[in-house]
This record gives sequence, structure tokens and C-alpha cells, in this order.
Amino acid sequence: MNIIVCLKQVPGTTKVSIDPQTNTLVRQGIKNIVNPFDTYALEEGVRIKEKHGGKVTAISMGPPQAEEMLREAISTGADEAILLSDRSFAGADTLATSYTLARAINKIKEDNLVICGRQTIDGDTGQVGPELAEMLGIPFIAYVSRIEEINNGRIRVQRLVEDGHEIIESTLPAVITVVKEINTPRLPSLRGMSKAKSAVITTWTAQEIGADKEMVGLSGSATRVIKIFFPQRVRHGEMLQGSPESQAASLIDKLRQAKLI
Amino acid sequence: MEYLLSEQQKTIQGLARRIAEERILPVRAELDEKEEFPWAIMKDLAESDLFRVFLPEAYEGLGGGCLDLCLVVEEISRVCSAVAISYAATALGSFALLEYGTEEQKRKYLPDIAAGKKLAAFALTEPTAGSDAGAIKTTAKKVDGGYVLNGTKQFITNGGEAELYTLIILTDPSRGARGASAVLVEKGTPGFLFGKKEKKMGIRASATRELVFQNCLIPEQNLIGREGMGFLMAMKVFDRSRPGIAAQAVGLAQGALDTAVDYARQRIQFGHPIIALPVIQDKLADMAIQVEAARALTYAVARTIDSGAKNFTAESSMSKVFASDTAMKVTTEAVQVMGGAGYMRDYPIEKMMRDAKITQIYEGTNEVLRGTIAAELRKRKTKRE
Repeated sequence: MNIIVCLKQVPGTTKVSIDPQTNTLVRQGIKNIVNPFDTYALEEGVRIKEKHGGKVTAISMGPPQAEEMLREAISTGADEAILLSDRSFAGADTLATSYTLARAINKIKEDNLVICGRQTIDGDTGQVGPELAEMLGIPFIAYVSRIEEINNGRIRVQRLVEDGHEIIESTLPAVITVVKEINTPRLPSLRGMSKAKSAVITTWTAQEIGADKEMVGLSGSATRVIKIFFPQRVRHGEMLQGSPESQAASLIDKLRQAKLI
Repeated sequence: MEYLLSEQQKTIQGLARRIAEERILPVRAELDEKEEFPWAIMKDLAESDLFRVFLPEAYEGLGGGCLDLCLVVEEISRVCSAVAISYAATALGSFALLEYGTEEQKRKYLPDIAAGKKLAAFALTEPTAGSDAGAIKTTAKKVDGGYVLNGTKQFITNGGEAELYTLIILTDPSRGARGASAVLVEKGTPGFLFGKKEKKMGIRASATRELVFQNCLIPEQNLIGREGMGFLMAMKVFDRSRPGIAAQAVGLAQGALDTAVDYARQRIQFGHPIIALPVIQDKLADMAIQVEAARALTYAVARTIDSGAKNFTAESSMSKVFASDTAMKVTTEAVQVMGGAGYMRDYPIEKMMRDAKITQIYEGTNEVLRGTIAAELRKRKTKRE
């Protein structure tokens, strides 16, 4: 099994600022973490490798600082890591991102299974997984909560749906996105950390993956963020007056009216 | 304080701290309450290679020494001392093999210990032989192709959970302590049974059991070193392991101090956080001084051992006595700082106080060890004259 896991660095804080020009997140100078959902994708990839053999390649599109995250991926079980980094990739929406990832995955060629987290915690769209499958022209299964079997070029999984589970079988290669119920990601190991320290992280530019400049980054993005704002929260407080007994009685009335009790 | 740790040691310390905070902290109260052996955490420690730190690279270890082991034990103990001792007891159980075992024995057992696939244990204490370790009665009778074991070991940490046991037994009962030897016994050997699991005051998640031997036949090649060397080996093993108990005590004390400081900053009495009160400040300052002094001594002793020193009986005993007395004092004071809340089981501090007591007792009571230190003082003086 050759497994590709897509990872993204996201801000490890909610205190972020927005670039007024592009309306995208300012990623410089803030502490980044691996998108938590992607850690489940990586763990599952490593578990599949441990069971069926093969190789796990971690891949990310991002600025040079994302190399640190890819090293961490190696310390928790990835065999190789590829960073897609090019100035022209900046400002990409999900379409341009999945195009870029797809170009890189096409270059790797020998992939059997691509695993992504269900969504990122910054963009929150959950679109890159399905778009990636579409661009690669292979089947896609979202919200996988358990891998039941991988055999003879087929994969059978359990996936989370609104009111239960579905069992789905697909041919390989395929793209899946995973939910956090699927596993508990392992912590790094000392041997893995020492391997990560000396690992060579391959960097590919737009040219190296043969990407069309018009399809990547801001220029390849079909969507533009017009405005980002915090929703206004309006709270209507009401102070009850009177003796404690009458306050309690009127509180009960109000809770009953609101059908809360 | 700058302890000049190597990059590798800082990495080990950081990883142990992360496991302690992410994996142990959420479950420590439950493990204590249920007296449940922390298998899931042992697996985390194994997967993170932390069982490798104290073993040589030739046996799948990472080639670290006593200080590396101490750093892991301290970090785990800062959160849960019971988990820390379950880990440290495996190191104790592999020291005799590591120091005195044959190449063949080491190759057979150590890689599995390093990978954390097997836990180990060390068994000396018996119902009639505690501080007077020379009074052991368990025998190993030489027969064709091996030894037949009979007797009972008591209060054995990791008993029942470990796969590999180093026992100190008598191969020649007529010679007393000089007839003692060290042997390896694997769990599952016919005639090797486990007695009751003890209910303890503290370190309740750790397993403490009786080991019972009834005509238990072990192969001859399970003897470690030579017959008659067992008692000496046991003493040497403890010299090496005591800084680990000191580190456990340092971690406990640090955890208690941190908890007390947090509480004192938040607890408002007389209109101010109690940390503004001079009596509380005095207590916290004394606690901090003791903890740092205990840590400095423990690390210094661990480094002495790692430097290849030959005799460190006194130094190793000093670290264990000082750090464990510190842990008892600091955890008791931490409960006092927290008052009624500290006494309640909803807070972690009473557990730390219960856990601290054992560090003054096991691997040589502090009374016995003070005697050992005094004896070394006399010996050294005599040598100089």
C-alpha cells in the first residue's frame, strides 16, 4: 500500500488577523499546529502501512515554515514528506489547493490511497478532499470512521452519516477523509524524532509539479473572500425584581413559557 | 535552573512531559480510585521509545544512562507517581541482567524490554526479609538441567503484570547471604504463581503482588552471574536504581508545589489571594528550595553514575533519602496550604501525599540508608588513615 496523507498547518490560536488586501489569514509570525483532523488521517495511514506494508508520504502545500510540521509527521510514522511551496501558491482557495495537491499526487504516481482530515479548523470548508478526488478522477468517501478491510485492490469502510453509519466499498485508488472517531493519534517516538531531524524534506515548486500558473494560488482561485467579520451577538438579559420567592416563581413561569421545563 | 542537559536529554524530558500531561493527567484520579494498572499508558511510553532510554544501543536501546531514566521518571511522577514507578520498576528489573548477564541472556531479553513489549520486575523482599534482606528463605535447588524454586516473594512492584522477573534466592541455604544468587524467571513458567494483589495507601495504580514458587523448574542458563553473588548483585542494583526513586520523589514534590502555588494564587481569603500572606509565602519558598536542592542532588548523583564511577553507594543513598524526605515534607505542606480543599479527594494533592510516603520506605528504608551512608563515611575515613 502506498498511502498519501495530506496535511495542513493551521494557526494554533484564535487570535489571528486578516490581511485587508486579500481577506485571507495572516499566517506570518503566529504559532502553527497541524490541523487536528489531519493527525487522524496520518495515524490511520501509518496504521494501514503497519498492517499491510508499504509507505506513507505526507504532503502539504504551504510556506517554507510548514517543513517543521512535515518533520513532526515523520516523527509519528510517515516515511517521506513533500512540501509544495512556491510564491505563486499563495492565497489559494480550495479549488486551487486541490489542483496543486492533485498535480503533486499525479507526479508521485504510485499512490493507492489518499487520506485527508474531514476539514481544516481554519477554513472549515471540508472541500479539498472531494475536489482532490474529482481532479484525480478516482472514487471518494467522506467521514470515514473505520476501515474494515483492504483487499485485492478494494477498500471497505464505515462512514459517519447524520443518523448512523454506512458501510461503503470502493475500488482503489481512492481518496477518503476521516473523522476523529477513527483512532487516537500516537505521540512522536524518540527514534522517529531523531529520524525526523535528519530527514530530507523534498520541496516541489509550481514548475516541478508542472502546474499551470493560472490554476494555482490567488489567480487559480474561483472564489474570493469579500469580507470577514465577527457575527454580532445580541443577548437580551432581564433582571427579575421582588422578593426571592416571587423571583423564583416568575423564573419558573418564564422557563415554562420557553418550554425549557 | 540550568542543568546542562544534552539535546537528546531535553527531547526525552519534553516527550515524557507531553505524555504525562496529555495521556496521564486526564486519567490519574480514575486509575488511583480503581487501583487499575496503567496498561494504556505503558503502551504510550513504549511506542514513544521511552523504555529504550536506559538501555544500550546494542540491545535496541538509545544508549542513555541513569540521568536519562531519571528525567523520564521525574516528568511522569510530576503527574502520577504510580505510573512512574510502574515504568521505573522495569528498569530495576533489568539492571542485574544488564550488568551481570551473559551476551546471550541480554540478547534474549533486553530488546523486548527496550521495545516495551515486556515489563520487568525485581524481587528480593519476603515476608521475613525486608530491611534484613540477608534473611531470605526462597530456595533454588540445583537439579539436572536447572534449578527448582520454592518460596514466596512479597510486595513485588509490577508483580503479575511483568513478563520477566529477576529474583534473589538461595542456591546454598547453609551459607546465608553468601549462598544467594540471582535468577531470571519468565511469567508462565509452571510452578510460578501470583498471590494476592496488595491494597495500598498510595501509588495505587501500580501493581504490588506476591510471587509464589512451588517446585518451579527454571533452566540452568537463567542464572545471572555466578552462584553466591546474588546478595552483592542486589546491593549493586539498588545503588544504580535509587536515583530513580529520588527522581520519582522530586517529580512528586514538584507536582505538589505547582499545585499549591496555583491554588494559593486563586484562593481568596481576607480579600486577597492567600499567596499574599507571609505564612503561605514562607511555606512555598521553603518547598521550592527543598525541591530544587533535591533535584540538583539527584541529577548530580545520576551524572556520577553515568561518568563510570565504581562506588557510589553513599551518593546514591543520599539522593534517595534526601529527595524522599523532601517529597513527604513538600506534599504534606502542599495539603496544608490548600487547607480543607487539599484534604478532599476531588483535588490531586492528597494523592500526592499518600504517594510520597512509599518513597521513604522502598528500595531501602531511609533508616537503613542513613546507616549505609554512615558506614561509608567510616570506611572512607579508615581508608585514608
